[in-house]
Amino acid sequence: MKKVLGILTLLIVVCAFTAWQSEHFLTSYNLQNLTRLTGLFGVLGIGVAFVIITGGIDLSIGSVIALTGSLLPYLLVKQGWSVPAALAAVSLMSAGIGLAHGLLVAKMNLQPFVVTLCGLLLYRGAARWLTADETQGFGAGYDGLKWLASGTVPLPGTGGFEIPVPLLIMCGLGVLAAVLLNLTLFGRYLLAIGRNEQAARFSGIRTDRIVIAAYVICSLCAGLGGMLFALEVRSVQPAGMGNFYELYAIAAAVLGGCALRGGEGSILGVVIGTALMRVLQNAISLLGYPSQLEFAIIGVVILLGVLTDEIVRRLAAYRHTRYQTRQSAD
Amino acid sequence: MSVTAPSPVIEVRGVSKSFPGVQALSNVELQLGQGEVLAVVGENGAGKSTLMKILAGVQAPDRGEVLVDGKPLKAFSVEHALDRGIALIHQELNLADNLDVAANIFLGREPHRFGLIDRSRLHHEADHFLKLVGLDISPITLTSTLSIGQQQMVEIAKAISVDARVLIMDEPTSSLSHRETEALFAVVRDLKRRGVSILYISHRLGEVKELADRVVVLRDGHNAGELQRDEISHDRIVRLMVGRDVSQFYDHRSHPAGDVMLDVDRLVTSAHPGESVCFQIRAGEVVGMAGLVGAGRTEILESIFGISPSLGGRVRIAGREVSRPSPQESVANGLGLVPEDRKQQGLILSMAVQQNLSLVNLFARVAAGCLVHRRYARELAGQIMDRLRIKTANARQIVRDLSGGNQQKVVLGKWLAIGPRVLLLDEPTRGVDVGAKHEIYRLIEDLAESGVAILFVSSEMEEILGLSDRTLVLHEGRITGELTRAQLSEEAVMQLATGAAGQTAMPAFGEIRSQTSPAENE
Repeated sequence: MKKVLGILTLLIVVCAFTAWQSEHFLTSYNLQNLTRLTGLFGVLGIGVAFVIITGGIDLSIGSVIALTGSLLPYLLVKQGWSVPAALAAVSLMSAGIGLAHGLLVAKMNLQPFVVTLCGLLLYRGAARWLTADETQGFGAGYDGLKWLASGTVPLPGTGGFEIPVPLLIMCGLGVLAAVLLNLTLFGRYLLAIGRNEQAARFSGIRTDRIVIAAYVICSLCAGLGGMLFALEVRSVQPAGMGNFYELYAIAAAVLGGCALRGGEGSILGVVIGTALMRVLQNAISLLGYPSQLEFAIIGVVILLGVLTDEIVRRLAAYRHTRYQTRQSAD
Repeated sequence: MSVTAPSPVIEVRGVSKSFPGVQALSNVELQLGQGEVLAVVGENGAGKSTLMKILAGVQAPDRGEVLVDGKPLKAFSVEHALDRGIALIHQELNLADNLDVAANIFLGREPHRFGLIDRSRLHHEADHFLKLVGLDISPITLTSTLSIGQQQMVEIAKAISVDARVLIMDEPTSSLSHRETEALFAVVRDLKRRGVSILYISHRLGEVKELADRVVVLRDGHNAGELQRDEISHDRIVRLMVGRDVSQFYDHRSHPAGDVMLDVDRLVTSAHPGESVCFQIRAGEVVGMAGLVGAGRTEILESIFGISPSLGGRVRIAGREVSRPSPQESVANGLGLVPEDRKQQGLILSMAVQQNLSLVNLFARVAAGCLVHRRYARELAGQIMDRLRIKTANARQIVRDLSGGNQQKVVLGKWLAIGPRVLLLDEPTRGVDVGAKHEIYRLIEDLAESGVAILFVSSEMEEILGLSDRTLVLHEGRITGELTRAQLSEEAVMQLATGAAGQTAMPAFGEIRSQTSPAENE
């Protein structure tokens, strides 16, 4: 909880600074855009948090987005599939990708980094080959689907601010994920495996299955994100869609308190981390910093975030040992 | 009282297990009756832990079978063993310290409804088992905030909570204080009364004497013998363990102590930032360092060697002040460290014996310019291999394929190559067979005789008693006593190591403490 407070403070500071420097920040147009993107990226962050908690990593998210994002319009428009069939097929494929990652990691003992790095290359290539590198679009129809990504729900009493649907989707998903992580057996086992896999195995937990499930969740979220991103941008370029998105997701999870060594993580933290990333990007464009500096600024802020976290942790550990030795001396 | 029931709860028949380079168990037999406390003793590497892992389903034997209630175990998995009522308490702590105590006790068996954890029931039941082991903490305490002893008691609570009929305790008291040990014994006796059978592994022969109905001794993976309740005595157990009389096994020679070679003054390590240690070791002295797990022994050695930074204090090697100890400086001053974990820290397993032996010396003498001087390295390796009697086909053999004893000799040999003045040995005979152990002891004696100052850390009481000219005992980062050879006994070491000396008013300890205080105040 303390960890979440730290990042929340940082988020508020950055928001306040940007609002003070730019009158555009608090307009409902800007806020709507900002929260929409937070919702879309948040879905990815929530997914990858599960894998990170097991001590793993998923580098293939961006390519899964490209593959699912091009496949949805391809199946609907080029192949003429019905909406439910196309949605089911794309979701199933995402789950299948996660299953493959999980099996390779848990059963074959391959390193998650290597497995998902290969995935990153494989799914990008598959997306480009399948679509012959042509831009995929939805055309005029599919308004219901598009509403999921670009629709809004009016919020009465706020003078025109409307909640973007992706934000609502992310909130729903976030609540589900938080319950899963904190209240269920699955979540408990996930945390135990991430910290001490051997202890979990010796307790009779089927660690393989838990790890596999984490990868399936991650890829399912990436697939859902891919479809939403595709519906949001309307025209999908298989070569460029979702580039670097895995890194955004991982950065948001780390900012939000997920330790890459596993065993730690909070869904609320990931959501706030995602929001911070989006606000930073927003601030860079609103405040007129050169857009070429975008990555550099985000990189520095993340580094400062985790550095502060590590320093705070060490201070706490030091105080703890000091306290204990003083106690035992008394 | 204990009587071996007509049909044993567990029967081990002709079990063998080998790992690459080691025959861990060969043709081992064992029977455990209902409500019996059976102690399994043997030196490190005798195969106790492997046998326990097989019983708990962690590993499968290569040959032989395990019968539970007369029916053979078909599969070797933890789940299966738990189903048959066999639970293992691990030697190493096996807790997820990011979770609370209740979560760890019931890990894998949480009370739940529709996949949701029933927290109130979980905490309530955990509380019951915490009380049972005499641990006065809340079930929602975060595990990482507990002391090592408390964590060990949580492990025990966890094993008891399974409602096991057979409980395997692998060195359960290795990190417990005196009071916690007493609480554990009470729990063991209580379980026994309720018909639970207990396999008790311990190095502490005093505990074995106090608790066990019967003792089975393993040596180098074989059954070495068995003692009934009335036959259990310290000497008999040790004789079975080492296969000869102790006096022959540890051929202790005293050497005239020379100049101070290692002078450690108010050294503070990261393990116990609130404490500092002072001691000196002279040329030709063999000094043992005893203490429980977590007492900070390894950290002291590592700080002197410079592999982990010290937080304060001074180290002098052969009269020369080392302002900032570092491995490079240590090598230059002739101080070597044989680390605790030889596979991770002592050797490069994938490299040949010769390459490992010349690793330390590489930049001192073996390298000609920046090229490795192959002929010199080969000659050096040959000399050391002869001196240490490292048994390999040739110097090009890969270290991974050697036995534990030979691997350890290679680690020692690495340091012989620089002609050391001070050697720090961390658990020098862990996982080494009896024969090689004997040779390592002799080598230590030889080195001391030639004027090397030796400081060794050991968790094996026998080793401390048999080898050291002088013993330093640590408790939670502090030197609680220093024992000369005449004062040395298992009881004295344990008292000091568990910190009991400060609480009990035993005259002997007053003596010891007053002896150490000048050094501490220096």
